[in-house]
Amino acid sequence: MDEEYDVIVLGTGLTECVLSGLLSVEGKKVLHIDRQNFYGGESASLNLSQLYSKFKPSSQKPDNLGGRDRDWCVDLIPKFLMSNGELTNILVHTNVTRYIEFKQIAGSYVYRSGRIAKVPSNEIEAIKSSLMGIFEKRRMKRFLEFIAKYNDDEASTHQGLNLDSNTMNEVYNHFGLETGTKDFIGHAMALWSNDDYLNEVARPTYERIMLYVQSVAKYGKSPYIYPLYGLGELPQGFARLSAIYGGTYMLDTPIDEVLYSEDGSKFAGVKTKEGTARAPIVIADPTYFPEKVKKTGQRVIRAMCIMDHPVANTNELDSLQLIIPQNQIGRKSDIYIAVLSDQHMVVPKGYYLAIVSTIIETDSPHVELEPAFKLLGTRLDTLMGIAELYEPVDDGTADGIYLSKSYDPTSHFESTTDDIKDIYFRVMGKPLVLKKRADGEEEEEALNGLE
Amino acid sequence: MSLPNPATPVKLVLLGEAAVGKSSLVLRFVSNDFQENKEPTIGAAFLTQKCTIGDRTIKYEIWDTAGQERFASLAPMYYRNAQAALVVYDITKPASFIKARHWVKELHEQASKDITIALVGNKYDLVESDEGGEEEDSLRKVSIEEGKSLAAEENLLFFETSAKTSYNVNDVFIGIGSKIPSASSTEAANQQSHVSEGRVDLSGGVNNRGQDACPC
Repeated sequence: MDEEYDVIVLGTGLTECVLSGLLSVEGKKVLHIDRQNFYGGESASLNLSQLYSKFKPSSQKPDNLGGRDRDWCVDLIPKFLMSNGELTNILVHTNVTRYIEFKQIAGSYVYRSGRIAKVPSNEIEAIKSSLMGIFEKRRMKRFLEFIAKYNDDEASTHQGLNLDSNTMNEVYNHFGLETGTKDFIGHAMALWSNDDYLNEVARPTYERIMLYVQSVAKYGKSPYIYPLYGLGELPQGFARLSAIYGGTYMLDTPIDEVLYSEDGSKFAGVKTKEGTARAPIVIADPTYFPEKVKKTGQRVIRAMCIMDHPVANTNELDSLQLIIPQNQIGRKSDIYIAVLSDQHMVVPKGYYLAIVSTIIETDSPHVELEPAFKLLGTRLDTLMGIAELYEPVDDGTADGIYLSKSYDPTSHFESTTDDIKDIYFRVMGKPLVLKKRADGEEEEEALNGLE
Repeated sequence: MSLPNPATPVKLVLLGEAAVGKSSLVLRFVSNDFQENKEPTIGAAFLTQKCTIGDRTIKYEIWDTAGQERFASLAPMYYRNAQAALVVYDITKPASFIKARHWVKELHEQASKDITIALVGNKYDLVESDEGGEEEDSLRKVSIEEGKSLAAEENLLFFETSAKTSYNVNDVFIGIGSKIPSASSTEAANQQSHVSEGRVDLSGGVNNRGQDACPC
């Protein structure tokens, strides 16, 4: 090939695939390359052979694990989608929902004082919750009512508080909430992974609690949904969107050389085994331009635990999120556990998958996960990996090289969609406005009308 | 929108080298139309068409490969739960027949066991006038016997078609439809039913017409 494109995208992680899809729909001519022979990059779901060759290359995959290789879809990055979150919004507006089926995550749990319990998401659940004593339940109920009724334009709903000047801790204290209650509101509902938010203004926390509450309200069981066959379906779905709108895909194609303009200041193209492709712009994940990214200073440890039983004290649920707030075990950042089963088609029948993750705080990171392992019970096998998190040094406007950030340890995709929208803005020079795509049914109707 | 009788949805995937006429076959089947010099597929790679066979109505959900076949970069999602596949080649292009063998192999590896596959030699119109006449200057480069023998080897349905004249096109889809096992017994259908509880329809509610009818 010796071809010209509007944009070259390197890496088929979720961020790159969403951008590739959005730009193709806008009429950009996109060439999308991945050095690996599967879709998804860091956000892939791996089958059993891929998983063991990545995390335990010296040992064969164990014989005692059942099912076919492709009955296993183990996410490299554990996350769930908020039902009312921005990724859901993008999926719906691009019609990528036609290629992927979603199911609810059956429950959302939090660890408090040595026990785990369901996170209450509304006033009624708060009253029933075993997380709090009788008086605290009433305080929690009043707090949730305040959140639900709060309206910027009606001072009577403010209870004398100002979300843009009062800190979140001041808001909590206004309702007289205990530290343990603050823990589960801030960490299991607002999904902050540390306590910095307490001394910051209340509005971001208010918005996060609203997102949680509205997401629960949408389908009921938990605020989360999850794609059948694993998160790796998401990049594939957006890659398909891109391909349908003319995007060209080359997997298993390492980049032999990055080409620059004559003065060396701007991106000009790439050379691969297929030849030369030129474009003024490249969007890539951090691994393609290691010299143009820096460490964020955060490192994440993730452990994929293969089990043959559900997690104790969770009503035998087929899927759930369990958060261990940092305060509860004397840490600075929370430990997240994502539990899945054959109900989401990510393991064969009879198996459960628990992915534990946290930000590393000590020199022996695997020991930091012990509190989570205790809650999980016996594990058939555990595969662990440590990831350094990267972010771009420059915003890309000078050299045409736009780089995504590493996937962070948060339990959902809200920071990923922020990054997507931010890169879109820098590349296109305008904010992302989601438009509804004409869908197949409409095309069908139009075609049938011709008969 | 009224739906007269519930149709069995069948995911059908299209495979074959570029320019063998995959999209043209579908266009002929779905809208009885043909476009000369059709541009490579853009924008509409998810078409549906109902097809009544005896007392059954099948709703084909037809997946085109779009831009993922040129460098053999089809996503596993493409094969997932496919109940039927059309492997298309051009009877005037031997290379496309070799590629068809490759796609059949790929389907056996990636797709569910009970997938119904039809091997389709397209562009019959280019050789139609020569049939029965002198073989030597015929445009035909893949004989009907070669097609039949590959189909017999791999247990595939076999058709030669012309999207241009519509020769045999409906027969392909009717042939597939009659061979597809009834919904409850397929591997794909089993997997679908066992996880149906708790499934969510994301487009419900947000996707209703009135709300999204903005002219932007």
